[in-house]
Amino acid sequence: MKSKLNLDPKVVDSARNSAAHIASSMQDFIDRHTTVSTERTILRLLGIDGVDDVETPLPNVVVDQIKEAGGLPRGVAYWIGNAIVQTGLTPQEIAEKMSSGGLEITKLETGSTKDAEAAIMPAIEESLNEINKEKNARAEYLERLGESKQPYCYVIVATGNIYEDVIQAQAAGRQGADIIAVIRTTAQSLLDYVPYGPTTEGFGGTYATQENFRIMREALDETGEEVGRYIRLCNYSSGLCMAEIAAMGALERLDVLLNDALYGILFRDINMQRTLIDQYFSRIIIGYCDIIFNSGEDNYLTTDDAYESAHTVLASQLINEQFAVVANIKDWQMGLGHAFEMEPSMENGFLYELSQAIMAREIFPNASLKYMPPTKYMTGNIFKGHVQDALFNLIAVWSGQSLQLLGMLTEAIHTPHMHDRYLSIENAKYIFNNARDIGSEVTFKEDGIIQKRAQFVLSEADKLLADIAEEGLFSTIEKGKFAGIKRPYEGGKGLEGVCLKDDYYFNPFITLMLGGAK
Amino acid sequence: MDNCTTANTSVDLTKVKPYGDTMNDGQVEMAFTLPVPYGDEATEAARQLVKKMGCDEPSVVYSHDMGGGYTFFVVYGKCQHTIDYSNIHVAKVESDIMERDECGQYIEDNIKRDVIIVGATTGFDAHTVGIDAIINMKGFHGHFGLERFKNVVSLNMGSQVPNEELIAKAKEINADAILVSQTVTQKDIHIQNLTEMAELMEAEGLRDKMLLLCGGPRVSHELAQELGYDAGFGTHTYAEHVCSYIITEIVKRGRV
Repeated sequence: MKSKLNLDPKVVDSARNSAAHIASSMQDFIDRHTTVSTERTILRLLGIDGVDDVETPLPNVVVDQIKEAGGLPRGVAYWIGNAIVQTGLTPQEIAEKMSSGGLEITKLETGSTKDAEAAIMPAIEESLNEINKEKNARAEYLERLGESKQPYCYVIVATGNIYEDVIQAQAAGRQGADIIAVIRTTAQSLLDYVPYGPTTEGFGGTYATQENFRIMREALDETGEEVGRYIRLCNYSSGLCMAEIAAMGALERLDVLLNDALYGILFRDINMQRTLIDQYFSRIIIGYCDIIFNSGEDNYLTTDDAYESAHTVLASQLINEQFAVVANIKDWQMGLGHAFEMEPSMENGFLYELSQAIMAREIFPNASLKYMPPTKYMTGNIFKGHVQDALFNLIAVWSGQSLQLLGMLTEAIHTPHMHDRYLSIENAKYIFNNARDIGSEVTFKEDGIIQKRAQFVLSEADKLLADIAEEGLFSTIEKGKFAGIKRPYEGGKGLEGVCLKDDYYFNPFITLMLGGAK
Repeated sequence: MDNCTTANTSVDLTKVKPYGDTMNDGQVEMAFTLPVPYGDEATEAARQLVKKMGCDEPSVVYSHDMGGGYTFFVVYGKCQHTIDYSNIHVAKVESDIMERDECGQYIEDNIKRDVIIVGATTGFDAHTVGIDAIINMKGFHGHFGLERFKNVVSLNMGSQVPNEELIAKAKEINADAILVSQTVTQKDIHIQNLTEMAELMEAEGLRDKMLLLCGGPRVSHELAQELGYDAGFGTHTYAEHVCSYIITEIVKRGRV
């Protein structure tokens, strides 16, 4: 397809090559390490669930005990496999026994890696079967119920109470929402464990727990049947438990998951080593289970200026894309993010925004681009806000976005009320339908404002990526080249959970999932 | 027939009511959802509710079935209540607002040293938009942030900073003022957090050494004072407002 923006394919290739170099240069570091949360993910996939009498999740109990005994470099897959050989118990029984003080897993007689791996294989196969069952269920729903045209209408619920969330989510589904995201309670990304069970208390959102996922999935399936359209479920994994939440999402059939390779480092001050190791396993799971990941480039624009820093968004999209390629994620699963955050009083701001949105589509033709609504310049003037959201919707349909997080006219006032969502969906559907084919009808003036803007942003992104490739990702972040935020290599949260693997370490899920996705 | 050639523009400030297109018509518009199924009964319920809210001639101009037994309404009515505007008192930050350059000059003339300001979004709140707007160079809506002010040294610690860490940093750099930003207000978590901060400052014996300010979209000066802060800054306040207040207070309190 001919570029409407007259983008130079050589510059696109050059930028993408730099990003690929950045991602692959991290792989050696990632392969040599594991983390407490990566190990807990293996346990969750093995079906270990539940909490002890002080509400500590069993995956944490097991990993903490192994870590304290100095056994973490060997990996939990070995220890659980070995314990199966030695005791004949199931992984869940082993975890329960460890929790009650009846078993010191590292004190058991230690057999060979080969025997441990063989012993754990049936549990791993069962786990992959469970995930495949959910993949098939999704495919079956999509086949039987169908889905809306893109851009999908994506709305959030955030009451703090999962049962209240269900009411809001089902109402939104009936009003036409295609994706429901349950916003997490504020600061869950900083918890080094995943809370357990259904929850009814949260601030600014609801805890991501496996049971909450299950409750919402069931509710959306019910509404999907009622309205004759599959409704996708979205949650958030960036933070200290990236891979664990991805595993829960795989088991409970989440369809979309926020998962950014750099977000935790930059915006939550999570240690960079920890994040890069965790994101790798989380993305392998995502790739395998057909979840669409969403990256968080929109966050750059809440701290930085959308006009001046547009190239950092593109650079981050390319890095996120290349980290996804390494994890064997398919193009259509890449929900690369960007946002409508131009200062509304800027002359021709709409043109620049349109240019950047079309640029994203041209550079990532098969990605499920995620477009985020105006938030920074929403003022409480709900009437103007509704117009800002309308312009955002127009650009979305024009540039062919995939996942449209609908703007709320009440942004900056409160988490959405039921009718706020209705008004947003109505706004989006009206514009999407009314301007459906505008993108294929309109071409742009050669060397006009729109073409030149995209060419400029692309060339700046190319330069930035070349710099990062030369400098190295860790060092770039240390120097504050992303979003103007500096993070030290050994700083931030979660570093104590990073661990060098020993020579006998194994994680069968990585091999099997990478193989299975091919 | 009335022989009226001019509009009635005279307002009785002791009895003010909403204005639509005619003085004292009381026109208000409302939008809300009732948890009742869509239909004539729902519309009547909305009408009666608005009547009870003190509006004459309530008129349901739009209703929509939200599904699941909920109905959305847009309703107009003529408000019958009035307010005595002449008797209104609002707590405000008392300081003359100086422009950025004037602030720099004022410090040079009256304080004769750098003014040190540290700010953060505290607690679990992850929103930096408020503190960035006040401190960061770029500022907001064309109003530069404190980093661009002459003779001001400012530090933005970002979001999710524990109150204790903010206080420790303020002590370390010997700050003149601490700015606390709060955006998340669900279930009044900001009140809890702001209160804890004020109490910690008190316990540390810092309240008479440093100015303590808070800001956010739901923060008012009145609320700030109630919680034990020196001042509170809501929407439409920028770095120059915050700076003007801080530097005049420093002089007023003899902390030069």
